[in-house]
Amino acid sequence: MFEPQIMSFLCKWCTSAAADLAGTSRIHYSENAINMRVMCSSRVDPQHILYAFREGADGVFIGGCHPGDCHYVEGNYKTLRRITLLKKMLPDLGIDARRIRLEWISAAEGKKFAQVMDEFTEQIRSLGPLDFKEKALLREEDKNE
Amino acid sequence: MTKAKTKPPDKRIGLFVCHCGINIAGVVDVERVAEAMKAYPGVSFSTNYVYMCSDPGQQMIIDTIKEKKLDSIIIAACSPTLHEKTFQEAARLAGLNPYQIEIANIREQDSWVHVDKEKATRKAIRIVKGHVEKALKNESLEPIKVDVTRRALVIGGGISGIQAALDIAEHGYEVLLVEKGPSIGGKMIQLSETFPTLDCSQCIMTPKMVEASRHKQIKLLTFHEVESVSGFVGNFKVRIKRKPRYVDETLCNLCGECEKVCPQVVPDEFNMGLSFRKAIYMPFPQAVPGTYTLDAANCLGLSPVRCGKCKDVCEKKAIDYDTKDTFIEESVGAIVIATGYDLYTMQALGEYGGEKYEDVINGLEFERILSASGPSGGVIRRPSDGRIPKSIVFVQCSGSRDTEKHLPYCSKICCMYTAKHAMLYKHRVPDGQATVFYIDVRSGGKSFDEFYQRTVEEDKVLYIRGKVSKIFKEGDKLIVWGADTLTGKKVEVEADMVVLAMAMVKADGVQDLLRRLKIATDIHGFLAEAHPKLRPVESLNAGFFLAGCAHGPKDIPETVSQASAAAAKVGDLFSQSELIHEPITVPVDDEKCSGCGICLSMCPYGARSLDLERRVVTVNEVLCEGCGACAAACPCGAAQQRNQTDEQIFAMVSAMLKG
Repeated sequence: MFEPQIMSFLCKWCTSAAADLAGTSRIHYSENAINMRVMCSSRVDPQHILYAFREGADGVFIGGCHPGDCHYVEGNYKTLRRITLLKKMLPDLGIDARRIRLEWISAAEGKKFAQVMDEFTEQIRSLGPLDFKEKALLREEDKNE
Repeated sequence: MTKAKTKPPDKRIGLFVCHCGINIAGVVDVERVAEAMKAYPGVSFSTNYVYMCSDPGQQMIIDTIKEKKLDSIIIAACSPTLHEKTFQEAARLAGLNPYQIEIANIREQDSWVHVDKEKATRKAIRIVKGHVEKALKNESLEPIKVDVTRRALVIGGGISGIQAALDIAEHGYEVLLVEKGPSIGGKMIQLSETFPTLDCSQCIMTPKMVEASRHKQIKLLTFHEVESVSGFVGNFKVRIKRKPRYVDETLCNLCGECEKVCPQVVPDEFNMGLSFRKAIYMPFPQAVPGTYTLDAANCLGLSPVRCGKCKDVCEKKAIDYDTKDTFIEESVGAIVIATGYDLYTMQALGEYGGEKYEDVINGLEFERILSASGPSGGVIRRPSDGRIPKSIVFVQCSGSRDTEKHLPYCSKICCMYTAKHAMLYKHRVPDGQATVFYIDVRSGGKSFDEFYQRTVEEDKVLYIRGKVSKIFKEGDKLIVWGADTLTGKKVEVEADMVVLAMAMVKADGVQDLLRRLKIATDIHGFLAEAHPKLRPVESLNAGFFLAGCAHGPKDIPETVSQASAAAAKVGDLFSQSELIHEPITVPVDDEKCSGCGICLSMCPYGARSLDLERRVVTVNEVLCEGCGACAAACPCGAAQQRNQTDEQIFAMVSAMLKG
């Protein structure tokens, strides 16, 4: 069975705390995603996401606070705008937009975090590996560097 | 100032993998993790231990740092929320900068959520590798320290401003209380009696006003306005305009001779225009400071040639027509904004005959009519002909909770003050009919619902659930058309007078002040708090605090609590010998910055500004909270978050995915 590689960027105030809660609640979920804790989901630059695809990620997950709950007031809205735009651009780069998922998960939603991880892993699994053809454009960029 | 350009020094990183008993070791092969990392570039020491957080565990870390001359350590253990501080402290004891510590979370986010030992172990190795990459480029940081000026500015002299000023003064700090009007007291001093206890507003307010004026730590600046504020938390410079009162308050002895001779008669604002005052006046008898004020806009001309009567009769020679605006500069460390509210305008409610009919009045006008010090000495008389009204209709939610035409929010206090109005009316005119139109009655406060029940049951006030559609005049009666939404029928009520429970809106003209102060508001112009749940009395702008209705509709107890909370926050700030700020900020590399200014719009804290001369962005790191939204938006890579630079994130991504 195909085991996708998923890179997750988690806001330290909400989704990363939710991931911790999933841990303390011993909720088991798939191992495919690896987490990076950031100060706010708005710290995630679309370049970080594209870079993750180039470095072998088959999917990228971003977790932020629910609308209105951002620790920095409106960082999550900035993230929403960036991700929406990035998703529009992705097909031009040969990447299916479903390979990115942005989700609002509060610190109390450990169960939701685990569910979303399983769902997203399944989703990427069904999309298959981000293959060479899909990566072609990114490779091109590689050569130019 | 990212040291990104410099090649990572040959850091000596130590890795400490914790078993956490079997919590980690039961799933993750900790020995294999420690072993696998031994050869990883940058790692010069790697070990595992049963409980890293225990005393012997910490001692081992301290000893190893010293012995192996480590300049960065990684603890692969539980979530950083649990023991990051513990290990930072241990590292500090060993002489290592706390920002050289990385916590790799292999418990909550690995061993506790996975069962496959092989996969969990491989994941743990990848997590640790990511942190090694980050650690290689971590800088040693020092907390940012700034001095604090232990003096506060309170803007607004209503109940919230007075309470905040008194509390701060009682903490032992000096306070400047600035009020734009001639007296402090705000809206509360205009009220007759207050719900739910019916104590007289003036009786409970005037002692506070006098206390504020006499307190040796409070400098009262009435008839003053804040012009501008510069600086930052702990270190503000404030420019305050002293408006000309034309009467020297230190000389005025309130003899009142000037008022007697003044020929100009104008509507009295304190009585909501229901009575008249002279152009030289005292706003109300208990005004603080007790002095006359000359209202230049209504004076015949501030010139002895044109009138000059008041100046002639003033024995104390307190009147000077040549007074001009003067400005004072003050240094303060914190600012409390307590600018209050105003009522939605009568003109906006044309369908209710607002402004058109004299006997359709707002709640605050009715307060004055009820007040013993009001235009009719507390006898309820209607404005048009002075008759005692035998029927009054009260309309709740006038302008509030109307998403289509007016304001979508609830003004919160109207249900209670309408109940109070209707009750007081029934007490004074027992044979009168009081009718209240309501959408629903919101009486959630201590003893509030009991008060409302009393209005209905003891005072026999008629409550009709429904909205009023139109109010018009027929003869000397007002006809109120509405719908009874419980029966589904149209209702028509005849009234001698109508009282509209007008929506509360932002204070008139406050937006200019807030723009000058660069303070954020919500879409209705009320002050925005730093966090709706966890930081409700702080502004987003560090050093600014909120109190009272400037922040949103509130009743008196809530206002007073918020004012005290704001004062306590000011006290917190002032009790620190210096302000300590997390250094995880986002500075700018001058050489890379193109001066586009995109990051300015990203920053909710106003920490960034554009230096127009040098065309680069400068950052006030005291204001930066370190969210990193600007770093992600910077098109040049000039804005880099300390210890979470793009370079570090890229390196972590590579290591975590390829490891």
